Amino acid sequence: MSRIAFLNARLVDPERAQVTTGGLLVEEGRIRALMPAGEPAPGDAQVIDCGLKYIAPGIVDIGVKVCEPGERHKESYRSAGLAAAAGGVTTMITRPDTTPAIDSPETLEFVTRRANEASPVRVLPMAALTKGRDGREMTEIGFLMDAGAVAFTDCDRVVSDTRVFSRALTYARSLGALVIAHPQDPGLSRGASATSGKFASLRGLPAVSVMAERMGLDRDIALVEMTGARYHADQITCARALPPLERARNNGLDISAGTSIHHLTLNALDVADYRTFFKLKPPLRDEQDRLAIAGAVNSGLIDVISSMHTPQDEESKRLPFEEAASGAVALETLLPAAMRLHHAGLIDLPVLWRAMSLNPARRMGLESGRLAKNAPADLVLFDPDAPFLMDRATLRSKSRNTPFDGARMQGRVLGTWVAGTQVFKRDR
Amino acid sequence: MTFPHRHLLGIEALRPEEITVLLDLADTYAALNRQPDKHADALAGLTQINMFFENSTRTQASFEIAGKRLGADVMNMAMQASSVKKGETLIDTALTLNAMHPDLLVVRHPHSGAVDLLAQKVNCAVLNAGDGRHEHPTQALLDALTIRRAKGRLHRLSVAICGDIAHSRVARSNIMLLGKMENRIRLIGPPTLMPAGISEFGVEVFEDMKEGLQDVDVVMMLRLQKERMDGGFIPSEREYYHRYGLDEEKLAFAKPDAIVMHPGPMNRGVEIDGTLADDINRSVIQDQVEMGVAVRMAAMDLLARNLRLTRTEAV
Repeated sequence: MSRIAFLNARLVDPERAQVTTGGLLVEEGRIRALMPAGEPAPGDAQVIDCGLKYIAPGIVDIGVKVCEPGERHKESYRSAGLAAAAGGVTTMITRPDTTPAIDSPETLEFVTRRANEASPVRVLPMAALTKGRDGREMTEIGFLMDAGAVAFTDCDRVVSDTRVFSRALTYARSLGALVIAHPQDPGLSRGASATSGKFASLRGLPAVSVMAERMGLDRDIALVEMTGARYHADQITCARALPPLERARNNGLDISAGTSIHHLTLNALDVADYRTFFKLKPPLRDEQDRLAIAGAVNSGLIDVISSMHTPQDEESKRLPFEEAASGAVALETLLPAAMRLHHAGLIDLPVLWRAMSLNPARRMGLESGRLAKNAPADLVLFDPDAPFLMDRATLRSKSRNTPFDGARMQGRVLGTWVAGTQVFKRDR
Repeated sequence: MTFPHRHLLGIEALRPEEITVLLDLADTYAALNRQPDKHADALAGLTQINMFFENSTRTQASFEIAGKRLGADVMNMAMQASSVKKGETLIDTALTLNAMHPDLLVVRHPHSGAVDLLAQKVNCAVLNAGDGRHEHPTQALLDALTIRRAKGRLHRLSVAICGDIAHSRVARSNIMLLGKMENRIRLIGPPTLMPAGISEFGVEVFEDMKEGLQDVDVVMMLRLQKERMDGGFIPSEREYYHRYGLDEEKLAFAKPDAIVMHPGPMNRGVEIDGTLADDINRSVIQDQVEMGVAVRMAAMDLLARNLRLTRTEAV
């Protein structure tokens, strides 16, 4: 296999928390060497002059929804994979909240086969924690792990029966399986489509207090303490949830936490006149919460930033706000949106890549997420400053429900490589 | 142009002087409505469709009379019984209606924001007759007209709004309108019926009704929206009446000439004492109904003028 030398680049290294100028030598799908600035490429290598643009480890995105099986018209492995490649996402950790849910080894095998055939980027599937995501009986966690499930989650459905959840956690612990949960009190949040506060009250939307997230997290922490399970909170989105998270971490529990790029870059006021593309689950929070969450990503208390890519077709969004479906697509907008945090001086590039690549890879037990010798050559080349006007018609996803439609953004992916093979190149 | 709006979706978008323009015009229609011959031709040749996705007798009748008095061809559509039940989406319904070239569309819908959504898809003027918990602009305007006629002004008044604020679009529109016209607003009700973030609305909030009614000029009661309750907002109707029902004893804390208002329909013995509601010296509830027709005539007249203007420009 040929060798590729990336020269004249700025290397974003999340492990050493630095950006340096230099190059990379890639061979047989792995990073063979880091090259100091000015070092010439070996004679037989294909040379890519990066023109002082940035190279970072490819993004590892936990919680991508691909709508196979069931709703392929919303998103297929092909369309999601192309969107991921164009967004610098080299590994999609996919969600099981499909129709039917991915809750049996047979369904998981179908999904894995489809993913391998159709997606240009790596796909690692998660499986449901309970059958049908109904919160009553646990799935065949062992068989599902054998079939390749990297984590177990009922996605945005909370397992409200604490006995069922504690048994599932205990069983998962015995197999070393990672459980991902959606911290939310189902009673308080029932029927809500906005975060309670002045804005939701003015708009007359049924709303939920951020306290519901804190309560859900508190409950889960107690159960993790009881069972010793490996636990990841999918989205922490409010300041109120941070102190219990910090205490749990200090107490040595195996708890990690993620947040979504939308909760880091948008707030409740963006809903404006009932714009349903901004309807998310949990709903967008106020500005203080957004800043607190950005701070927690900086401090490392929140480990992971995800796209929470959730395709919805036009019909499910063109409805009154309360009736409209939740979720937004984000595989292609994750990196440009993250650049907003960089340009605003809220989170720097190495920390962004720690949260978007290194930490999620580590949590999933993957080798990727690093710019180091022998790490997989899953790479993204990007220009953090390139300005553009977001036009949702250009998205590669089958569903184009992005809240950034029409927004001015800065930061574009120029090229994406998976195991040393280029899977995306931006045409000028 | 003194009222530069294509639709009337809420009070939020109106400026104080535009509210005054509308109320002034409504005053002239109130006078007309007391004549033996109540006909004018401001809407002659125009088609008005009333689309009510939620039950209503009073508001729908008020809009219908308003349209007919101004010479519009008025059609009522009871949307609950129609194609919505067959799975047609709101937007499909809007597009279907739009193809029939209506000029004025009066819409009530159980979801907040639904009327805004519909207004984006049609070519005619849309009047919000109540959307979810969001806004009910013509109710706030008719309340304002009633207050202005009873008190001689619509500013520097102390107004108490009592009851189920959380589920009330009437309360939201009134808070906005009375705030824009520089009145002092006091909200009274149990905390379970107060919306979140209410302290940021520029209002005073009271849990004790007597304290809240202290020296107010206007007492605005709200209907206890029983059908909106998930259950468990208040312990019982009788405890609610005891603490928040308006009776002579509690009203004594307001100014001696304070007026009593209610958007209707009333739950006598739940939020208001029946005798008090009928007391013509205190209650202006019947005036509200009368002003409702006048305000709706004025609103449709103003929107129709704008509509004709834009159509002339387009030609």
